[in-house]
Amino acid sequence: MSQDIALQVNNLRVSYVTGDQEVKAVDDVTFSLYPGERLGIVGESGSGKTTLALALMKLHKPPAYIRGGEAILDGGDILALDREAMRQTRWSKLSLIPQGSMNSLNPVVKIKHQMADAIEAHERGWTRGRIAKHIGELLGRVGLPDSVAEMYPHELSGGMKQRVCIALAIILEPSVIIADEPTSALDVVVQRVVMQTLNDVQEQLNAAMIIIGHDMGLMAQSADRLAVMYAGKMVEVSPIGSFFSDPQHPYSQLLISSLPSAEEKRELTAIPGSQPSLLELPPGCAFHPRCPLAVERCRQEIPLLRDFSGARRAACHLVEEQGA
Amino acid sequence: MKQSYFARRLVMFFVVVILAATLNFIIPRLAPGDPIGAVLEELRARGASTGGDAEDEIVAAYRARFGLDQPVHVQYFRFLFNTLRFDLGHSISYYPQKVEAALLRSLPWTVGLLAISTVMSFAAGSFFGAMMAWPRAPGFMQRFVPMFMVLSAVPYYLLGLILVYIFAFVMRLLPLGGAYSSGTIPQLDLDFLLDVIRHGILPALSIVLTSVGFWALGMRGVMVTVLGEDYLTLAEAKGLPDRRIFFGYAMRNALLPQVTSLAIALGTVASGSVLVEVVFNYPGIGWLLYNALRSSDYYMVQGVTFFLILTVAVSVLIVDMIYPLLDPRIER
Repeated sequence: MSQDIALQVNNLRVSYVTGDQEVKAVDDVTFSLYPGERLGIVGESGSGKTTLALALMKLHKPPAYIRGGEAILDGGDILALDREAMRQTRWSKLSLIPQGSMNSLNPVVKIKHQMADAIEAHERGWTRGRIAKHIGELLGRVGLPDSVAEMYPHELSGGMKQRVCIALAIILEPSVIIADEPTSALDVVVQRVVMQTLNDVQEQLNAAMIIIGHDMGLMAQSADRLAVMYAGKMVEVSPIGSFFSDPQHPYSQLLISSLPSAEEKRELTAIPGSQPSLLELPPGCAFHPRCPLAVERCRQEIPLLRDFSGARRAACHLVEEQGA
Repeated sequence: MKQSYFARRLVMFFVVVILAATLNFIIPRLAPGDPIGAVLEELRARGASTGGDAEDEIVAAYRARFGLDQPVHVQYFRFLFNTLRFDLGHSISYYPQKVEAALLRSLPWTVGLLAISTVMSFAAGSFFGAMMAWPRAPGFMQRFVPMFMVLSAVPYYLLGLILVYIFAFVMRLLPLGGAYSSGTIPQLDLDFLLDVIRHGILPALSIVLTSVGFWALGMRGVMVTVLGEDYLTLAEAKGLPDRRIFFGYAMRNALLPQVTSLAIALGTVASGSVLVEVVFNYPGIGWLLYNALRSSDYYMVQGVTFFLILTVAVSVLIVDMIYPLLDPRIER
């Protein structure tokens, strides 16, 4: 995978500042996103997934602050852009499918106006007729009738609202789409259909997509690569096939053994303990108190995310020692 | 759906009007004293002679003239019928003046003063409140918060008195009271208009200053909630300009509960005008009510209170009618 890169994130750090304490919600995260690729990011609640997504669009609000790093999109670092330049970048190059699609549409404005204002804000110089036609086309692409354009959000079901959000996300044909738990508010049947729609439009556009979530089953079906976050750090990034067949990081191994499998009958195991408070991270590897394989080195030295065979990356001393 | 919504609002409106008229009939009759007695008392105070039999005859004649000799239920239905025709009877203390004529004469002054100052206060307060909650607003906006809090705690008639003392009595910049200079004849020309405006500044200011804080603080509270909504995050993610997010997304939604408050507030404003008009000698509905109350003028009091209730009912009806345009979800 040495082709051009859609989005390159380097050493991104985001902190929440409360009083004189600083919580590193996203700690030194580095990853690449290739055009047309779907990268899944999984992690427990509070592992920094959504903070990462919001920071990439610079939508984080105080007390969250970007403490360093860069995000290269189209040859420029978007984190260094000023307000106006960032405003123009949003949606035209980088769009968002929000977590709470139920409440993500303005309740008192018709769908067509909410879609049209995204186009108007970026001064494409389109005529009204062209905008209306484009909106109709997009609604068709996500499987909604034209009449939805004239409706208000409260007249739509949850699945329909999420489809509107998907149509909205591709309205300016961005090169990167960030989907933050795009299906978490939907029931499983609708989840599958909406996810399929999302994957279809993303493929047509050849946009790169980051899918954030914690549904491993959904990730297995949709993502090309999977990144695992733990306590603000990325601990493993692997192609989806090898992630499930041969997970590298002990945390990934435990995650997979906690999932039911159709093929083999085995006891499901839970991961002992819970994610540490970001205010009192243990020294060394943040996962070592819960890790069944932890050795002395894990308690002292923070492991770095390193490349291994087969385009895989992991942050673990043990994997490093075995691989070396 | 739409028709039944409006039809139900209209029915509600008439129910309110009839109930109001009924209450209006009952309440003055519960008050101590009787109107004929009050007039006689006044005559006596002026030194008019009082003969025993003659006085009884006068009382009986007046009671018959005003229908007070009829049984209560007859009085009630006659009253209801006349009220719905907007025939509010004759004033007792200014006989034979008609109540509705006095009302219509006072109305423009009250509506002009109150409607303008309430709308100004609502608009300015809502805008300031929205700005106070907006994170990218200039920092000095925050300094308005304590000022608005203090102002909204001051009763407007008190502020009115203070304003009169400072600007009219001490500095002599503005007139002490009245709606126009005594001696001028009301007519529609520029001089008279300027005179009316000069007289209106202090009463309007006392209403605006004391109520703007209510709107501002209310708006600020709703705005903070709206700013935390997911649709604001998405609006920002879409790359919309700040101005569009502020007006089209944040303020547009935060205004909805404000409009509801406006409908309620219009009621208190209309009845609260009494005190402002008394303080400023303003010849509006409030002044009329104040004088009618002092002379136990049943019909005038009934007429004015009924009219005030009608004003509230009409303003609520108007708000009900425009609300579906502001919030499409309400049309059920």
